[in-house]
Amino acid sequence: MTSTAEPEVGRARLRKEDARLITGRTRWTDNMVLPGMLHMALLRSPMAHARITKIDTTAAREMPGVIAVVTGQDLAEEQGSLPCAWPITEDMKAPDAPAMAVEQVNFAGEAVAAVIARSKAEADDALESIDIDYDELPVVLDMAAAIADGADLVHENLGTNRCATWVYDSAEAGSGGAIDDAIAGAEVVVERTYRQQRLIPAFMEPRSMLVDPTGDQITMWSATQIPHILRWMTAAVTGVPESKIRVIAPDVGGGFGGKLQVTPEEIITFLMAKRLGKPVKYTESRSESLASAHHGRDQIQKLTLAADRDGTLRGLKVELLADMGAYLRLVSPGVPILGAFMFNAIYKMDAYKFVCTNVFTNKTPTDAYRGAGRPEATFGIERMMDELAAELSMDPMELRRKNWITHDEFPFTTVAGLTYDSGDYESATDKAMETFGYDALRAEQQERRDRNDAIQLGIGISTYTEMCGLAPSRVLGALRYAAGGWEHAAIRMLPTGKVELVTGTSPHGQGHETAWSQIVADQLGVPFEDVEVLHGDTQSSVRGMDSYGSRSLAVGGTAIVLAAQRVLAKARKVAAHMMECAEDDVDFTPGTFSVKGTDRGVALADVVVHAHVAHDLPDGVEATLDSDATFDPENFSFPHGTHLCAAEVDTETGRVRLRSYVCVDDVGKAVNPMIVEGQVHGGIAQGVAQALFEEAVHDESGTLTTGTLADYLVPSAADLPSFDTSRTETPATTNPLGVKGVGEAGTIASTPAVVNAIVDALRHRGVNDVEMPCTPMRVWSAIQAGGAR
Amino acid sequence: MRITMTVDGTKYTDDVEPRMLLVHYLRERLGKTGTVVGCDTSNCGACTVHLDGHSVKSCSVLAVQADGCEVTTIEGLARDGRLHPVQQAFHDNHALQCGFCTPGMIMQAVDLLADNPDPDEQAVRQGLEGNLCRCTGYQNIVRAVRDAAQKMSPGAGPEAEQVADETAEATKLSRAEVQS
Repeated sequence: MTSTAEPEVGRARLRKEDARLITGRTRWTDNMVLPGMLHMALLRSPMAHARITKIDTTAAREMPGVIAVVTGQDLAEEQGSLPCAWPITEDMKAPDAPAMAVEQVNFAGEAVAAVIARSKAEADDALESIDIDYDELPVVLDMAAAIADGADLVHENLGTNRCATWVYDSAEAGSGGAIDDAIAGAEVVVERTYRQQRLIPAFMEPRSMLVDPTGDQITMWSATQIPHILRWMTAAVTGVPESKIRVIAPDVGGGFGGKLQVTPEEIITFLMAKRLGKPVKYTESRSESLASAHHGRDQIQKLTLAADRDGTLRGLKVELLADMGAYLRLVSPGVPILGAFMFNAIYKMDAYKFVCTNVFTNKTPTDAYRGAGRPEATFGIERMMDELAAELSMDPMELRRKNWITHDEFPFTTVAGLTYDSGDYESATDKAMETFGYDALRAEQQERRDRNDAIQLGIGISTYTEMCGLAPSRVLGALRYAAGGWEHAAIRMLPTGKVELVTGTSPHGQGHETAWSQIVADQLGVPFEDVEVLHGDTQSSVRGMDSYGSRSLAVGGTAIVLAAQRVLAKARKVAAHMMECAEDDVDFTPGTFSVKGTDRGVALADVVVHAHVAHDLPDGVEATLDSDATFDPENFSFPHGTHLCAAEVDTETGRVRLRSYVCVDDVGKAVNPMIVEGQVHGGIAQGVAQALFEEAVHDESGTLTTGTLADYLVPSAADLPSFDTSRTETPATTNPLGVKGVGEAGTIASTPAVVNAIVDALRHRGVNDVEMPCTPMRVWSAIQAGGAR
Repeated sequence: MRITMTVDGTKYTDDVEPRMLLVHYLRERLGKTGTVVGCDTSNCGACTVHLDGHSVKSCSVLAVQADGCEVTTIEGLARDGRLHPVQQAFHDNHALQCGFCTPGMIMQAVDLLADNPDPDEQAVRQGLEGNLCRCTGYQNIVRAVRDAAQKMSPGAGPEAEQVADETAEATKLSRAEVQS
């Protein structure tokens, strides 16, 4: 081991992960083959709401290769109820959530029967021989109608479609004044209603799981973001002791929150493998994935923003309806609550009130999707800031400048009660404005307006922040979330000089193997190449809370630093013993211990061996330098940034072209700037996709009409422009790395930037909103309506 | 039906069901799991391989249609332990995150560069239209393909991988003759 001259943290290291991924030497769950492995196929309900009146599986059982056919009735005793870990209120209504429907189906795509056969093709074939009759029930699709008096009910036994109502009131919380007073006393009040359309995470690797019940433990491979939580919850649901379950997340092909779930499919596969005593694999088709894997967003936002004539914000009232779909999945009810603290964003105001009602409908359950609650909030406030600016005939950036927290005001406790530790909105904005050429674009916009050009130009602004690094456990507890927010890391100092870093985070594209190696290399002074990162297997990574909510680096990365400090603390004792000096006289420069003021030294590698063979250790020191640590953050982290979008709108066709997109993000210290940039690119693309392309659409019978990738428009390379991304670096003060997280930033920021640009292009034509996704038809219709909407 | 095809340089003969897709033959019979399935409507392109030197979505080809053909998958792209320039460029330009779309994306990019050795940004974006990526926003993929183009020109291009059009046409013809 030698000390590295240049710090690893901050270097754009090429990724360790790539070698296997670019050559096809991958371990996707669906690649796994085990002796005697059986294949499962699921029959799914075509009905959104119906009673199952008959299921006859006789013929299916006789089909070639079929080993077993089961229905919900067959599993009723064992399958329990899928977990919801976030009962947001004491009186929240939670329906029973069987992995396989027993008597009633509540959304189209719900599993009603399973065939296990020797091959996938035989299992699929046998599905067609299952005879099933349904008695249709009235379908509940519209949220407002669902909570009206006399509405048909999704779950009759709950007596209502209202799941829960959650309130934050700054007057009650003591973080600000009363919203009604703020609105009553304001000179200008802007009221708007926005729709956050339903989206589908659409990770590229379909969900896949393989359960091997042979041996003493049941091993489950799953394409999941959350192997640790999945193990815990599988035990809780099935009653199998957690100590008898091992979960492995091998290579996982994207998640975006969509694989932050304990799925019906995982439980059914687990139960069938256990019952049959043979490995069982299930891999969903894309059509199954789009219909049955959880969806995201789907809110109606009624927003009231109050201000003075000079633009000073007074207060914001947020009234939400959030569609839960038919069941509560792992964190469904909490997703809108993650937005509750973000609608006020980077702005100062006197009063704030947030009221959210979660509603059941006969649609696919919703849950986390990239940003989870925060994109919705950012969209709401950033659209409203543009609307207020228009109302005041003020430049939208000027309005923002007037109201945002200035860099010398941090730490700042907001009207929603959070304390932002750091930020510099001015620097990020100045940098973005300069690159973007704001003034020139405004001049061109005016010129196009003046000559009534068919192509109108719009400028969209989004100055966002987000709460990341989920999360302080005590805050999660206060919000009634059932788990903690800490993270774990263990470092194994191998006698050959190599280092194993075991992390509780579970990457699925984020490059943890690379970034974590950089952190370890700096902390210990070992070569980047000598660090091996182990993750995603509950047998090696014994503790962890997994990857979601831009938490892995801010929380998991800090745990690595703490574990490394413990390795060094122990090594220092051993080194002092080896050099026959007092511990206080030992200096450490990465890779080497020395006696202060002398040239006597010992390499960390030698200390590792010394501690490992343990022939001569000081009293009270245990063998090996291996150490571990957990980190529980004291606060969230608050990345921020300024995103600017120039959009050309063809007023004759409604077509939108993104002409330029400039963003400056501040995610604190960048461990690997290349990976950060990649995360921002991908995040922006998903946010743009919400603005322009994607929507999960159901017809009046509750059938998903965007049930294939031909209909659900995940953008291709040809649909997107290049993005001009750069950074400012204001370190977080709440963790030793100064990091904030970057997984969700682009998605959170970009959607309102794009829609603001479209509306800005058309505002002089009387348009003040275009509903997402802003398809040519919607844009064209908005122009025709001339703002009558 | 009995089929014979050369996959990544090795000749295989197998009996397959007529309905078996090429991608399933590659994955399940030959263990070529580097090629993956991302959808069921031929939209995503994750399963893209080369059939007689041209990219195809292997979910849209029956195994029996590939009888007598030469197939190259992501696993056969590197030669003599050296990455193909497109593979190298994907690594150098951080053109992948989760990596699930990557095999198909690389195979499509090789084919694209065979047709157009020096594509501009728009040509790359159009050429990769049939391959979906959910992680990268495509920007680094576009950069990687253009980077590979620079490294491969002149003459170092994908010709090694590319069978001349005449040969491909001839192969198709002979297959058609056999079938009739």
